[in-house]
Amino acid sequence: MLLAAFALAAFAFFLIGPLVNLALWSVAERWYTPYKLPVVYGTRYWEQVFRPTGDAMASLATSVWIAVLTVIVALVLSIPAGYALARLKLPARALFMIVFLLPQAFPSVAIYINVARIFYQLGINGTVFAVVLVHAAHGLVYSVWIAAAAFGAVDRDLELAARNIGASPLKTFFSVTLPLAAPGIIASGIFVFLESLDEFTGTFFVGVPQVTTLPLLLYNAAMGGNYQVASITALILLVPSVLFMLFIERFLRADVLAKVGA
Amino acid sequence: MSLSQRQLALLLIAPGLALVAALFLYPLCFSLISAFTGPQGGFSLQAFAKAYELYSGDILFTVIIVLASCLLTGLVATIIAGTLTLGENRFIVGTLKALYRWPLFIPFIVAAQCMRTFLAKNGLMNNSFVAMGLMEPLQAMSFLDWRGIIATFVWKQTPFVALLLAGALAALDRATLEAGRNLGASRLRVLVELALPQVMPQLLVALVLSFVTMLSVLSVPMMVAGSQPTMLTVDMAFRINAYGDYSTANALGVITYLISAGAAIIYLKRGMAQEGTR
Repeated sequence: MLLAAFALAAFAFFLIGPLVNLALWSVAERWYTPYKLPVVYGTRYWEQVFRPTGDAMASLATSVWIAVLTVIVALVLSIPAGYALARLKLPARALFMIVFLLPQAFPSVAIYINVARIFYQLGINGTVFAVVLVHAAHGLVYSVWIAAAAFGAVDRDLELAARNIGASPLKTFFSVTLPLAAPGIIASGIFVFLESLDEFTGTFFVGVPQVTTLPLLLYNAAMGGNYQVASITALILLVPSVLFMLFIERFLRADVLAKVGA
Repeated sequence: MSLSQRQLALLLIAPGLALVAALFLYPLCFSLISAFTGPQGGFSLQAFAKAYELYSGDILFTVIIVLASCLLTGLVATIIAGTLTLGENRFIVGTLKALYRWPLFIPFIVAAQCMRTFLAKNGLMNNSFVAMGLMEPLQAMSFLDWRGIIATFVWKQTPFVALLLAGALAALDRATLEAGRNLGASRLRVLVELALPQVMPQLLVALVLSFVTMLSVLSVPMMVAGSQPTMLTVDMAFRINAYGDYSTANALGVITYLISAGAAIIYLKRGMAQEGTR
């Protein structure tokens, strides 16, 4: 019992410690060795980041706009695909599941450098459109697999009941299947949104220098040695992550989770 | 009806496939061709020779980092998911449940920034150990190298694996697990011998996804451990940004494909086996 409590305390320390350190840096105006805590606390860097002329607000807007567009593209593609994978007779089903996994199943840097080369030739490198396409292809495995799992978890008897009382297949889909699968599909949209917000590598190769998202701003600040701006940007990126984390279980039920990848 | 179910299914899946083909398969072919083309055109293994000569240490380093991170992630996730499902102490289960998911959606780049400060020589971790009297100030050392990369990967990926695993464990038939307990098996034994074998597919999928995710991350090795040896993603970005050297970068890319192919084959085998029983 004592051992379990100790293990839990150590777990909590390593889990929360890095986040506490981040929060401390965001309000540390001066912090140097040998001091274990910041020497001067203050919000000077917050003001600098949130100043209208600061880059953070523009980067935040760009990031959110790209993430929203990415979710739309991913859902438009993955709802039909997920339904086909879960409900229809599809030859070589496992193969198709793997094709959607591929953009995640292969180390993406090598792909992105070539995507950047192709986009450059097409003249779309450095545009929001290019970044959205890259993010959507990357997020497709989550949206397709979770959508397939969500459709798979819908009780077939309910669909059959709707068909029996005369609903067309399309009507059955929109009034029975889709609403029942909606929580799972919303969850998949959340995954894609967060993936897009999180995405650094693709934007790093395809978006620069014209498109600056929050992760790129954070990277530039961190590598430039400005820990305060980096930490504040990181905290801004944390807000949606933590919010969605708190709500995810409402959307993603255990029976859907158990079907992911099956 | 004019369309057969198969045709409809293929039609529904086609747009998604088209995006993957355009933004994944096509550039993949590009990278393969570029890696196997010599400076004068024509087939050549020169790029691989150069990649091996310059980066053989980093290739090994990358494999070890990713494997070690996956093993640790699987172990910690199993402990968490097992405790959540089979734990009997309400306080411990409740606290763990409230805590374990925090890093789930935290972006890699944020995790990297957290660890960059937390694991530094004068970071919060060492400072806390010194304050608690567990360590002398002079013993403090920086963990911003391979250990930092592994710590960041495990920190970030464990909740994802634990979440999928806990979901699968929760969906298991409780009767068998309780029968095991009633026959006198310890909770550890129930977890390892009864529960885990049933959820192996989910654990495997989660670990395969984590494996390739870790293999693809550029920000963590760049930000947590800047110096040599480093991971192949950093080497590729460097070849492109510093030299515009696509052939060597793509050769390194092909090597990372081969590493991840190992993970993909495990998934493929499982998928095929399952398709057989469907």
